Amino acid sequence: MIEFEDVTKVYADGTEAIDGINFTVEEGTTTVLVGPSGCGKTTSMKLVNRLEEPTEGTVYVNGTDNQELDKIDLRRGIGYVIQEIGLFDHLTVGENIATVPELVGWDQSRIDDRVDELLELMDLSPEYRDQYPRELSGGQRQRIGVARALAADPDILLMDEPFGALDPITRENLQDEFLQIQDRINTTILFVTHSIDEALKMGDRIAIFDVGEVVQYDTPAEILSNPKNEFVENFIGENQTFKQLSITPVREVMDDPQAYESAESEVAPAADGGEYYSISPDSSLQVGLTRLLSIEHTTLPVVDGGEVVGFLTEDHVRSYFDSAGEP
Amino acid sequence: MAGVISTSLSGIRYLLDNLPEFWQLLAEHLVLVVASEIIAISIAVPLGVIAARHEKLKSPILSVGNVAQTVPPLAIIALMFPILGLGFLPSFVALFIYALLPVLVNTITGLESVDEGTIDAAKGMGMTQNERLTKIRFPLALPIIFAGIRTSTVINVGTAYLAFFIGGGGLGAWVISGINLFNMPQVFAGAISGAVLAISLDLLLAAVESRLGNSGPASAQVAA
Ligand SMILES: Nc1ncnc2c1ncn2[C@@H]1O[C@H](COP(=O)(O)OP(=O)(O)OP(=O)(O)O)[C@@H](O)[C@H]1O
Ligand SMILES: [Mg+2]
Repeated sequence: MIEFEDVTKVYADGTEAIDGINFTVEEGTTTVLVGPSGCGKTTSMKLVNRLEEPTEGTVYVNGTDNQELDKIDLRRGIGYVIQEIGLFDHLTVGENIATVPELVGWDQSRIDDRVDELLELMDLSPEYRDQYPRELSGGQRQRIGVARALAADPDILLMDEPFGALDPITRENLQDEFLQIQDRINTTILFVTHSIDEALKMGDRIAIFDVGEVVQYDTPAEILSNPKNEFVENFIGENQTFKQLSITPVREVMDDPQAYESAESEVAPAADGGEYYSISPDSSLQVGLTRLLSIEHTTLPVVDGGEVVGFLTEDHVRSYFDSAGEP
Repeated sequence: MAGVISTSLSGIRYLLDNLPEFWQLLAEHLVLVVASEIIAISIAVPLGVIAARHEKLKSPILSVGNVAQTVPPLAIIALMFPILGLGFLPSFVALFIYALLPVLVNTITGLESVDEGTIDAAKGMGMTQNERLTKIRFPLALPIIFAGIRTSTVINVGTAYLAFFIGGGGLGAWVISGINLFNMPQVFAGAISGAVLAISLDLLLAAVESRLGNSGPASAQVAA
């Protein structure tokens, strides 16, 4: 369990990174800190394992004021995935993962077993064990960062944008995998991201940060249905448009075919261009809009079973959202 | 071009004709270089580690180090004479001082250049300051430290020619007296063997470096 009680952090240069924040991460749950860049997310995280000390207030770790705990012991008991991954380039993947078990003095066979287990958990084949981090892809490096943090079975895990700097598809995969892992390990997790989508997906609870302050601390459902103020509304609102795009089918927005018979020339050629220049009515608006933007024509035929069933234009998408009462 | 080749050939002939003396001079040269280099490394590296830890020491050492490297080696050799007289000792001390700086500067720069994120990760995982130094900082700085050692050694081979001026012996005997007597084959014999020595020592150090199995930032050359 992690508790922040009226915690303020002012850096030596006078920067007030966080100002009197309160929240509790219950045991075995995931709390996501989300907010714009520079709002104090990383700082909050560093206060837990005492990479930074609070100026005022108290951070409790498993019920104890962490100022009373030995720094080194405290850190060895907390898994930490840093924002820049921070793998040790001079050590192999196996040695990287084994860092904390080695520091706390596990015997070699136990370490070996644990490394194998973690590679499997993170869906990496055993041959990666002896490779060096620089030989790996971004996604693989992130996985190893996570495996390394999990190595000594910490009961608290701090993850600072662990899936940042990844392409959306790899990120989505890692998120899904991590959700499964999360079910299996009963770990208290503090997770930082600047993406509200990731927060909604990963968190049991979400703390929305504005510069230095927690503006709302609630479950994802509560945040979506009852945003506390305009800042929260804006924060989720912008992204809601995108989410709505991805769940609305083209069928709901398209025009019927007659409307365009006179404007034939403006329509993207569906026949010879093949599938690329048309779209199925069951595709999402997100796909439709992407395709519209990538072609030279302003109108995209909607094709179902080889027959043109409608047309989609940018204006349709726009007016659909206007009438849906966007903020 | 043809002149260069014939002079080199006559240099090699001179060397073969005076083989016993060559071995003698080469041995003197090698002892001077190796002894001063080893002592320089064993002082510069720990000193660099200490300096890198103390913000207040670091910049004065770095600036003194960088300025001192612009002092011509001949000046240091000349300076040794009134203090320590003639022979092996003053030559050794002069070479030691001259070899110290590149290693010191590169040790500090190397330790400093280790990525902050990496250090943060090590800290966050509960490594003590000593563990961070021995397990993370030092191994990652090793390629840069080695670059300093190699630079220093190669320069040292060249500087050791000047030891002849203060009676330190070495291949300078052939080159310097050869210049005075305008004996070109003798100059070439001395110069070529020094060049071969420098290249051999550099290759040897490269081999040692790869044996140490570093895989840090690919052979970054900093502050030669
Ligand atoms: N060591 C430091 N010294 C002084 N100011 C700092 C220090 N670290 C962070 N800050 C400042 O504190 C504020 C909060 O920084 P922090 O790194 O916690 O933000 P963040 O929410 O993690 O941002 P990001 O999303 O960009 O990672 C920023 O204004 C930052 O410039
Ligand atoms: Mg951050």
